[in-house]
Amino acid sequence: MSILEIKNVNMRFGGLQALDDVNLNVVENTVHAIIGPNGAGKSTLLNVLVGKLIPDTGSVMFDGKSVLGRAPYEINQMGISRVFQTPEIFGDLSVLENMMIPCFAHRDGAFELNAVASVTSQKDIIAHAEHVLEEMNMAEKRHMHASALSRGDKRRLEIGMCLAQEPRLLLLDEPTAGMARADTNNTIDLLRQIKDERDITIAIIEHDMHVVFSLAERITVLAQGKPLVEDTPDNIKGHPKVREAYLGESADT
Amino acid sequence: MLKMEKRDRNLLIIVTLMLVFAPFLLNPFPEGSVMAQFNAGYPDLMQRFVIFGIFAIGFNILFGLTGYLSFGHAIFLGVGSYAAIWMMKLLTMNVIPAIIMAIVISGIFALVIGWISLRRSGIYFSIITLAFALMSFALAYSVLTPITGGETGLQPKAADLRILDAPLAAGSTPRANLFGLEMSSSYKLEIGNWLFTFSAGYYIAAVMLLLSFYLSIRIFRSPFGMMLRAVKSNQQRMNYTGLNPKPYTLAAFVISGMYAGLAGGLMVAMDTQVGPERMFWTASGEVVMMTILGGAGTLIGPVLGAGLIKYMENIISKINASILHEWFYWLPDGLENLLVTVIYPFIGKGWHLTLGIIFMLVVIFLPGGLVEGSQKIGALIRRKLDRGKDKAKSSKSTKPAE
Ligand SMILES: Nc1ncnc2c1ncn2[C@@H]1O[C@H](COP(=O)(O)OP(=O)(O)OP(=O)(O)O)[C@@H](O)[C@H]1O
Ligand SMILES: [Mg+2]
Repeated sequence: MSILEIKNVNMRFGGLQALDDVNLNVVENTVHAIIGPNGAGKSTLLNVLVGKLIPDTGSVMFDGKSVLGRAPYEINQMGISRVFQTPEIFGDLSVLENMMIPCFAHRDGAFELNAVASVTSQKDIIAHAEHVLEEMNMAEKRHMHASALSRGDKRRLEIGMCLAQEPRLLLLDEPTAGMARADTNNTIDLLRQIKDERDITIAIIEHDMHVVFSLAERITVLAQGKPLVEDTPDNIKGHPKVREAYLGESADT
Repeated sequence: MLKMEKRDRNLLIIVTLMLVFAPFLLNPFPEGSVMAQFNAGYPDLMQRFVIFGIFAIGFNILFGLTGYLSFGHAIFLGVGSYAAIWMMKLLTMNVIPAIIMAIVISGIFALVIGWISLRRSGIYFSIITLAFALMSFALAYSVLTPITGGETGLQPKAADLRILDAPLAAGSTPRANLFGLEMSSSYKLEIGNWLFTFSAGYYIAAVMLLLSFYLSIRIFRSPFGMMLRAVKSNQQRMNYTGLNPKPYTLAAFVISGMYAGLAGGLMVAMDTQVGPERMFWTASGEVVMMTILGGAGTLIGPVLGAGLIKYMENIISKINASILHEWFYWLPDGLENLLVTVIYPFIGKGWHLTLGIIFMLVVIFLPGGLVEGSQKIGALIRRKLDRGKDKAKSSKSTKPAE
C-alpha cells in the first residue's frame, strides 16, 4: 500500500527543469531513500511534498488526499513531518519547551487561543514531551537553551519534535550532513530504533551511502530532476546506470 | 484561578504595594524644600504613570513576545479616547461604559489594522503600521471632523444628549465619575512638612493597571504566550510543526490594541478631552521606547520604562536656569555659570536630549533594558556577599589547621 503517490510532477525554475516528470510511490511502513548528485532536485521534491513549493503540473497524494495547494501547517497536520538540512528548532526556548510545542500542535491543532491556563498546568503535554525527550536521550538537557545544544543534539531534538507529533510520514533532508562519524552512527541507530518501534514511513534524502545502505529498504535515484531507477539497496549497488550517474560522481566529490 | 508561580506572585504583590503607597513613595521630599520639584506624587502625574504603564504592558505582549514592532499603537490609544468621549456625550459621565467601549472599539480597529499589517513581517510590517498611524492622524485631524472634532478635538458639554444622566444646568461642566465618585476628587494628608494626595482617579486607574498586569502574567505563562515566543524564535519551524503563526500573531496584536484602548479610555476618564495629537506617530514611537528602555519581553520592564519616561518628561522639563543657579549657588561664580551653561541644554525643553542619551546608553550597554540592569546589579551584590561569606568560612575552617 502506497502512502505517498507522486505523479507526473514537473517544476521549473526559469530555464532549469528542477523536477522532470517525477513519478514515485512510497510504500507504508518502509524506509525509502532518495539519492542523487548535487542539484538533482531532491530538496525541491521534498519542498513540493511539504507545501513550500507548488509544482507546475502533476499530483501528490498522501493517504489518498491531495497535498497540493495546502499550507505547510495543514500538510503537517495531515501527518507529514519534516526534518531540515540544517536543524530548525526554537533557539530562544528551552529544550523542554521546544518539545512541548509539537505536543500542543498534536493535541490542539493549528490554532488554539489558550491564554489563561498556565503551561505548568498542562500535565499531559509535559508528560508527553518528557517521554519523547527520554526516548531521545535528552532528558537531562531539558532546561538548556536550545540554541546552546551541539549540532548533533539539535538534530536529535528536531527529530524528536517531529516524532512527538506522531506523524505517519517522516521526511528527512540529509540528516547527517556535516556530522562527525560518531554522530552519524548515533543518528543511524536512532532512526533504526524509530522505525522498529513505530508504525511510521520514512523518506530520507542522503548523500552518505553508509547511511543509505544501513537504513533504506527502497532506493530511488534522481538525476537532473528525473528518477533514474528505483530498486532494493542490493540491486542499486550493482546497477551500472547508477554507478555511472551517481556513485561514480559522488566518489569524486 | 490565582495559581501562580512564586516569583510571579511576589512580583504582583510588590507592584500592588507600590501602587497603593505611590502617593507616599513618589513624594519623598517635604514641601518647599529645594528637592520638592522632584516629587512626582501628584494625581495628574501618577495617573499618567499608570495609564502609560498599561499602554506599555499591552505593547509588550505584541513586541516583547512575538518581536513584531508596531509603530502605530497610538492609533488605538486615540480610538479608545474618542470612543470613551462619545460614551460620555451620548450615555453617561460614569466611566464604566466609556472604558468598556474604549476597549471594544479599539479591539475592532486592531483586528482590521492587524489583519492587513500582518500580511508582511519584519521591517515591512513596521512600515505598514507607520502608514496607518499617519493616515489615522490625518483622518482624525480633518477628514472625520464630524466624529473627531478635528483639530480642536472633543469634550463633553452640558448640553450633550447623555440619555442615562439627569440633565445638567446650562454652563456647568460635566464631570467624569464612578457611580457618583468624581475622578478628580481627592483626599489630602499633611504630615509635618509633607503633603500627600490620594486621588480617586489615580486609584481607579491603578486597579486597572493591576488587572492588566495580572492578565499579562497569565498570558506570558500560558500556552498562548509560549506560541508567541515561538513566533519570534522560528516561524518556519512553527509552520512545519502544524501551527499557523498568523492567528497567534493577530491575537497578540488585537490584545495589545485593546490594552492601548483601555489606556486611551482611562486618559479620558481622568481628563475629559481628546485631540488628534494623541494618535500622532511620535506617540507610537514613545511606547516603543518605554518598552525597550524598561526591558522588552520582561513582565515589569514596560511599566518601569513608562514610569521613567513620564517622570523625565514632567520633572526634568520643569527645571530651568534659575533652579540650576539655586542648586549651584555655593560654587565659585565662574564655575557655577559654567556648570549651568553645560547642563542647561539638557533640561527644560531639552529633556528629549537627556532621554535620547539615556536611551542610547541603555540600548548599547543594557540591551535587556532596566530589568537587565537591575538583575546585573543584583548579581553583583550577591557575588560580593558570597565572597564575603566564603572568606569568613575559609578563615574559620583554616583555624583548626593552624
Ligand atoms: N527556489 C529556487 N529558485 C531557482 N532555482 C532553484 C531553487 N531551488 C532550487 N533550485 C535549483 O534547482 C536545482 C535542484 O536543486 P535542489 O536543491 O533540489 O537539489 P538537491 O538535489 O537537493 O541538491 P543537494 O544535494 O545539493 O542538496 C538546482 O540546480 C538548484 O540550483
Ligand atoms: Mg538538497
